Amino acid sequence: MDIFNQTACQLIKMLQSKEITSRQLVESVIDRIGAVDSKINAFVYVDNTAALEKADEIDARRANGEPLGALAGIPVALKDNLLYCRRPVTCASNILKGYYSSYNATVVEKLIGADAVIIGVANMDEFAMGSSCETSCYGPSRNPWNQDCITGGSSGGSAAAVAADETILALGSDTGGSIRQPSALCGVVGMKPTYGRVSRYGLVAFASSLDQIGPITKSVADNALLLQVISGYDHRDSTSINEDVPDYSASLGESIKGLKIGIPKEYFLYGMDSDIETATKKAIETFQQLGAQPVEISLPYTEYAIATYYIIATAEASANLARFDGVRYGNRAKDADNLIDMYCKTKSQGFGAEVKRRILLGTYVLSSGYYDAYYKKAQKVRTLIRDDFSKAFQKVDCIVAPTSPTSAFKIGEKIDDPLTMYLSDIFTISLNLAGLPGISIPCGFSKDSLPIGLQIIGKPFDESTILRAAYAFEQNTVFHTQKPNLV
Amino acid sequence: MEFEPVIGLEVHVQLNTKSKLFCSCATVFGAEPNTQVCPVCLGHPGVLPVMNRKALEYAVLCGLALNCSISRFSKFDRKNYFYPDLPKNYQVSQFDKPFCYNGFVTIHVDGKDKRIGVTRAHLEEDAGKLLHSDAGAGSGVDFNRTGIPLLEIVSEPDISSPEEAYAYLTALKSIIGYLDISDCNMEEGSLRCDANVSIRPKGQKEFGVKAEIKNMNSFRGVLKAVSYEIDRQTEVLLCGGKVVQETRLWDADKNMTFSMRSKEEAHDYRYFPEPDLVPVVLTEANIEEIRKYLPELPSARMKRFVMDYGITEYDAEVLTGDKKLADYYEDCTRLFNDYKSISNWIQSELLRELNDRKLPVTASSVCPKKLTDMLRLIQNGTISGKIAKTVFAQMFETGKDADTIIKEKGLVQISDPDELKKIIADVIDSNGSIVDDYKGGKEKSFMFLVGQVMKATKGKANPQVVNQMLKDAIG
Ligand SMILES: [Zn+2]
Repeated sequence: MDIFNQTACQLIKMLQSKEITSRQLVESVIDRIGAVDSKINAFVYVDNTAALEKADEIDARRANGEPLGALAGIPVALKDNLLYCRRPVTCASNILKGYYSSYNATVVEKLIGADAVIIGVANMDEFAMGSSCETSCYGPSRNPWNQDCITGGSSGGSAAAVAADETILALGSDTGGSIRQPSALCGVVGMKPTYGRVSRYGLVAFASSLDQIGPITKSVADNALLLQVISGYDHRDSTSINEDVPDYSASLGESIKGLKIGIPKEYFLYGMDSDIETATKKAIETFQQLGAQPVEISLPYTEYAIATYYIIATAEASANLARFDGVRYGNRAKDADNLIDMYCKTKSQGFGAEVKRRILLGTYVLSSGYYDAYYKKAQKVRTLIRDDFSKAFQKVDCIVAPTSPTSAFKIGEKIDDPLTMYLSDIFTISLNLAGLPGISIPCGFSKDSLPIGLQIIGKPFDESTILRAAYAFEQNTVFHTQKPNLV
Repeated sequence: MEFEPVIGLEVHVQLNTKSKLFCSCATVFGAEPNTQVCPVCLGHPGVLPVMNRKALEYAVLCGLALNCSISRFSKFDRKNYFYPDLPKNYQVSQFDKPFCYNGFVTIHVDGKDKRIGVTRAHLEEDAGKLLHSDAGAGSGVDFNRTGIPLLEIVSEPDISSPEEAYAYLTALKSIIGYLDISDCNMEEGSLRCDANVSIRPKGQKEFGVKAEIKNMNSFRGVLKAVSYEIDRQTEVLLCGGKVVQETRLWDADKNMTFSMRSKEEAHDYRYFPEPDLVPVVLTEANIEEIRKYLPELPSARMKRFVMDYGITEYDAEVLTGDKKLADYYEDCTRLFNDYKSISNWIQSELLRELNDRKLPVTASSVCPKKLTDMLRLIQNGTISGKIAKTVFAQMFETGKDADTIIKEKGLVQISDPDELKKIIADVIDSNGSIVDDYKGGKEKSFMFLVGQVMKATKGKANPQVVNQMLKDAIG
């Protein structure tokens, strides 16, 4: 038995019973990274020395019988858009190469407070803009199940690292599906919490009203564990909500008998792969066998979700990314003649094509004369999409849908076709617009042996219910026990 | 053709909160560059703003003082433009839901009251300051000012002359001073003013094309710039030209405005709601809670001074224009009952000394107690009013009280007839012809004799006693 391929919950028991030490665990994970990351490219930065020092510190404290945090000694990977003081953070963009964080993100503070071992920083789409991890300035991460395929994105590095056992836990961020879609494509568990559940302080903003940090893990129980650590109100994030954080692990084993599961009919109209459709329908049957009650629901505004999303997200992004101008930090173009020239060259050289595309789109939709037709209208549709879900949730306890319309596609296959690429998020994007929590769990494999994910969507701040449903499904299926063959 | 000006003012007031609008950095003026900064106000990646509740309270308080309606629902918006002094390259401001709207300020010009409408007052964050090196080695940015709360107060185009513009600014500064929410110092930049100026033929309803004037750094400057701009536009129209919509800069050295950018070059600020902040909802109770902090405002205090202290409206207006000065006056009235005399001494001697030294009244070395003690010495005849002016100057200079100075300098008034007898006799003896003139009916000659007595006593003789004794002696 290897140490690195265990779940966090298993490892915590092993550490507590002193079956293993944190040093052994961290060494095992470091060795694993050394063995497979050249194939996967999940990490952009690994700090072995710091990780081992932390592991030793935890071991010493454990030996002294000192109290330890919930994640004591467990390796966690950060996405490259989370600030960790005095460490590099780049958002996988040339414009920030060489930039070091000057403070800790709230989630990083919480990980440190829980005695986690931050093992490194995972690859992503540049500024979280992408669904394939191909827009990274470090090159794409590769899917552990088939290295010719994408990992999904934007948290592709985080999902791939978990799937390839290069870390035990990982954090991602999800603006339109960036945690759930790569989790689905890599066969791991990924959750986007309710907007406001987790502080965004220290997450480099892509689209402020949609971004949310969440856990990517090997199991549902691990997901509950990590969510517990990062959740909660933060006075530094005005949009975080002061709601009690329940004990997510406590209700995991409870029965889902009688749980009403909504099946949105619109989600089956948009040409998903037949493998996906089959796996999703089978998953619904499984739920039924477990005593849950499927109910057909309607989310009529679904078809407008992608358009709405790409207006709101790009509008916010166009302002959020304006600060990367080479004036105060980051990379500044050296050959500029004057201020305007410096702005133009810095941004031209620093940003990749997809980021530029979205900044331009966002600038356009906010421009005078276009604002009402685009941005304002999109905000109205956003409200309608939110209302869709509110109505549905009067009838059901959670909603089940595919996470992604396809399994992992080939690297390079869609990168030149942004509109097709944007469709990758068709099932995930509405949740961000509505602010709802959603979890993706493994629910099968395609004909090409690539993982398929099932998405369970919950009411606002009802992560407990979707975790309970996900756990019940996981405990009664075997998909999560499959591992990619990497060596 | 006769033209009339239409003027609207946009005033930015830096609120004197201890910390910035969206972070906890200090706001002290004049600190070393970039010593009052943090990741939030430097616009580092991942930071989020948190609204300073105090700034909101100040904004609402000001709105109430300006007779504004207060929005029950307001929000912040992002105003997008690129400039190196703006770290995020957007300014968090308020677009369509300002905290305060629809108010007015009453001004007094030519003995008449006039209401100038206040369209809105909203909160926004200040930008940094560019520092250019003389050696041409490049430019730096001081971000200490970045994120300091600004209240932008926009007037209706109700102002019809440069003098009214001046009066509006003075009234606004006075009110804000009473609220103690800003230093309102134009030289230090804690109050900034842009003017929208247009002219139209007298009687015409439609507005003319306006120019926005920037870069004035004193109230006088606003007065001069607006006057200049009215003359300039008048000349353009009289010569058959057209006024173009543009932004113009006031050059205080040349006393002229210069075109900075035309309407075509104007920014598209692409305002949209700030997603990092939640809308601000104010209940009736919230607003009433803030209203409790509303002090007596200058116009009300002026009226009360006229009523309570029997001074003229003019005097009351001077005294109440600055809250601290009015406080000083009222402190004096609690110590001494000749209210007119207090008013006169403050307006003549005290204000002159303060203005000469560019000091606020709070820095006066003569406190109300010292001033009124001195006035009491005049009242009881210890010193003459004339000597008192010398005493006051000494008091201001040294900070000593009147008693001490009078004793040190031997300035006590001579009222004892025995002491004066010989001097008066000498004056009569050596001015025989003048005494005769007086006896012959020349009233003026009497004043000369009094003067001679005063001269002989170095001004210390009690004039009333001298008058009486002289009359008795000459008979
Ligand atoms: Zn700051």
